[in-house]
Amino acid sequence: MEIKKPAMAGTLESSDCQVTVEPGDGKIDFVLESAVINQYGNRIRKVIMETLKNLDIDNVRITVVDKGALDCTIKARVEGAVSRSTDQFENILWGGRRKS
Amino acid sequence: MINAVGRDIPEEILKITGKEPFMGIHHFDGSVYKKDGPYTKCVINSEGSKMVDSIRDCLVKCGIRDGMTLGFHHHFREGDYVVNMVMEEIHNMGIKDITICASSLGKAHDKLVEYIEDGTITGIQSSGVRGKIGRAISEGKLKGLAIMRSHGGRVRAIETGEVRIDIAFIGAPTCDDYGNCRGIGGKSDCGVLSYSMVDADYADKVVAITDCLVPFPNFPAHISMTKVDYVVVVDEIGNPEKIATGAAKPTTDMRKLMMADYCTEFVVNTPYFKDGFSYQTGVGGASIASTISLAKIMKERNVRMRFGVGGLTKPMCDLLENGQVDALLDTQDFDLDAVESVINPKHFRISAGEYADPFNKGAVVNKLDFVILAALEVDVNFNCNVVVGSDGMITGAQGGHPDTAAGAKCTIVITPLLQGRIPAVCTDVTTVTTPGESIDVVITDYGIAINPNRQDLIQCMKDVDLPFKTIEELRDIAYSITGKPEKVQFDDKVVGIIESRDGTVMDVVRKIKEFQFTGE
Amino acid sequence: MNPNKKRLRRTMMFLNAQKPGLIKDPYIYKPDSIMLDLEDAVAENQKDAARFSLYHALQEIDYRGCERVVRINGLDTPYWKEDIRCAVAGGCDAIRIPKTERPEDIKAVEAEIQIAEEDFGIPQGRTLIMAAIESARGVVKALDVCEASDRLFGIALSGGDYTKDLQTYITGTGVELMGARQNLIIAARAAKIQCFDTVYTDLNDMEGFRRDVETIHLMGFDGKSIINPRQIPIVHDIFTPAQKNIIFAEKVVMEIEDKREKGIGVFIVDGKMIDIAFYDGAKRTIELAKASGVYKGGL
Repeated sequence: MEIKKPAMAGTLESSDCQVTVEPGDGKIDFVLESAVINQYGNRIRKVIMETLKNLDIDNVRITVVDKGALDCTIKARVEGAVSRSTDQFENILWGGRRKS
Repeated sequence: MINAVGRDIPEEILKITGKEPFMGIHHFDGSVYKKDGPYTKCVINSEGSKMVDSIRDCLVKCGIRDGMTLGFHHHFREGDYVVNMVMEEIHNMGIKDITICASSLGKAHDKLVEYIEDGTITGIQSSGVRGKIGRAISEGKLKGLAIMRSHGGRVRAIETGEVRIDIAFIGAPTCDDYGNCRGIGGKSDCGVLSYSMVDADYADKVVAITDCLVPFPNFPAHISMTKVDYVVVVDEIGNPEKIATGAAKPTTDMRKLMMADYCTEFVVNTPYFKDGFSYQTGVGGASIASTISLAKIMKERNVRMRFGVGGLTKPMCDLLENGQVDALLDTQDFDLDAVESVINPKHFRISAGEYADPFNKGAVVNKLDFVILAALEVDVNFNCNVVVGSDGMITGAQGGHPDTAAGAKCTIVITPLLQGRIPAVCTDVTTVTTPGESIDVVITDYGIAINPNRQDLIQCMKDVDLPFKTIEELRDIAYSITGKPEKVQFDDKVVGIIESRDGTVMDVVRKIKEFQFTGE
Repeated sequence: MNPNKKRLRRTMMFLNAQKPGLIKDPYIYKPDSIMLDLEDAVAENQKDAARFSLYHALQEIDYRGCERVVRINGLDTPYWKEDIRCAVAGGCDAIRIPKTERPEDIKAVEAEIQIAEEDFGIPQGRTLIMAAIESARGVVKALDVCEASDRLFGIALSGGDYTKDLQTYITGTGVELMGARQNLIIAARAAKIQCFDTVYTDLNDMEGFRRDVETIHLMGFDGKSIINPRQIPIVHDIFTPAQKNIIFAEKVVMEIEDKREKGIGVFIVDGKMIDIAFYDGAKRTIELAKASGVYKGGL
């Protein structure tokens, strides 16, 4: 999938995270700011990279400001930002399990 | 060297400080030592005044010089102006290498970071530090080692002579021209002056700083003129709005109320809950809610409390007003209701030494049945951390945590299982402040764990309908939600020590290191 | 029949599906059901983000036995079909339809659920439905609505919109809700499904809340919608059966099972004439007693 325009999802409330995606310059640029970076920085990065991979995105600048979000929230915010940047709001492949 | 709570204390730190590693909470029980005493300048003349025009003049009269140790108290909490006022003058005089020995430091003292950076301050000894000083220490900016001491531990350190305070500054809400200080009255009313009493007894020079000079005699004095060298009047010693706030509204947060209910249910099912019991609690939402719900049950079951200790807040003072407790023993007042209660004849001021010093002939904490505490982290060995944040930054204070925990028959720690994403129950706390051997119960929103050393309590709770779990189960639940946390990456350099209340080394605090991604 | 249709639902706690802080662990307060809301609680410009938040919460958070109901947006909005796809794919237990007025509303949702269950490989019939009645017309048509689908486990009164439609307001006395409450509970019982009462919004008046719950409990409601966890223990307390009722129910269940084998239809328990019609009620009392933590017997 291609990131067409900058888009953001999520908030800066506790337990949430704010994810911004912008068109990349040929690779994944990842910036993380997190209150729990010492304990969960590597894990957060892994979750984000996997989510991007599932969405088939390898060209993006992604900025995450994390306020202690759980993995499920991080995934939701990445997918939310990507969906906004690609204007896809319906017929989403929830979990990618939809039979053709 | 590995100490009694399993922490590796570098030999070098033991060598520099001359300290021993922690050996258990009762290791020094019954040991004998000779107390230190201050140099005392006699006042025999009848000139009748100790007034000095300015802090600067006072510093000159006290013989301020490089390398001195200065004592301060924290009764003005985040409203304190005294520490900054004195340090600014010292900085202007070009004095260097000062050690601050305060009962605690907070965000009100952010300004001191400048003086740490320029070498005016090279040592900090405190219950803890919040705000920018904590960050500065964690970033390795303080030249010497920071020492974090409990309230009882500070008294011990001073009385044994481990620390010699050259000049002590006592912010006094009211004072007369001969140095009789009281914690009540004036515009910076803080109720009591408990933490500074040891300073007055043991410092070579004692300076009272007040913004409300009253006619002699300011009696009954909380700090006697017999211990005070000089009196200075300034415009403001603190910001009254931040010294004692209005009483916190009882929480409506169901999570805290639930933990408070668990706590009360636990307390009333122990054998200690009977007529004449004693109790101390902190100022957190859940602790205050526990006191309120306990008061209700005390009334229902007609059980009276013999004495309450604090760190006092409105709910504790309400017990006194309602005749549910015989006496309050007060070391500090957190809200206006507590300050106003100080004049009640059954509300007794006690010194920090009477409160918690492990090296006197017996302190109040030893007589406690219950203490309800909070913690940043608790590990599966029940060790608690209240000083260093899970991000590795110094961000809290020992306060009376290890003192009351060691003394009380039943020490209860209340904490939500998750602080944001950080599990409060973990495999290993970032640093140990209070050893697990003194923690009996951990109450969380997900369940309650009793220390297996307390088989007696486990037996009492057999038929009690509370969500009991093992401490490992609580940790596993936390990790199943948050994922297993990685250890904070520290630098090798030790920037501070967590001193046990008996003066041994409980743990060290290392310089923080900027996070770097590892692995894939 | 889906066995979950008749599960215990004393408390159903509303949570904004878009708020991670709210949906991460509501189970610690032990509501019987949680209602993850995509409708009114979610701002218009966050409807999309709320779905992603909902989907992953349903997939990853262990709600520890709490039923997970999803309130979708109204059938007059552009959102409801994707809401259903998301909720079903996530594996929710039930869909709550807002503003239900006609059996056709239920049929339309049922059809979308069916498609989504097929699309996402969810067992057919797994996803239940509940319908919120929020208008005078809905109240009048309640029985038709109740009988519209085999997936429908219950109906709920939504007092805010209903009182507006009635040209009155929430008074706190309950007088404005009397007719609707009576109508809905009667319709639900006629259709043998459950019935739930509206929220009580004044969190400063816990005594008023208690009286409100006592009323709907006596009227026969199965439970109440909850907006704050502080309300949960009060509802559960009121729905806790009295010890003498539990003991009686226990005897009734055991006697009926015993007598049924012996072919006896009518008999006496504690001086009361009992027949098979008492069985379901007695079982429900035992189930309530278990959920309330007051049943120590062996049934």
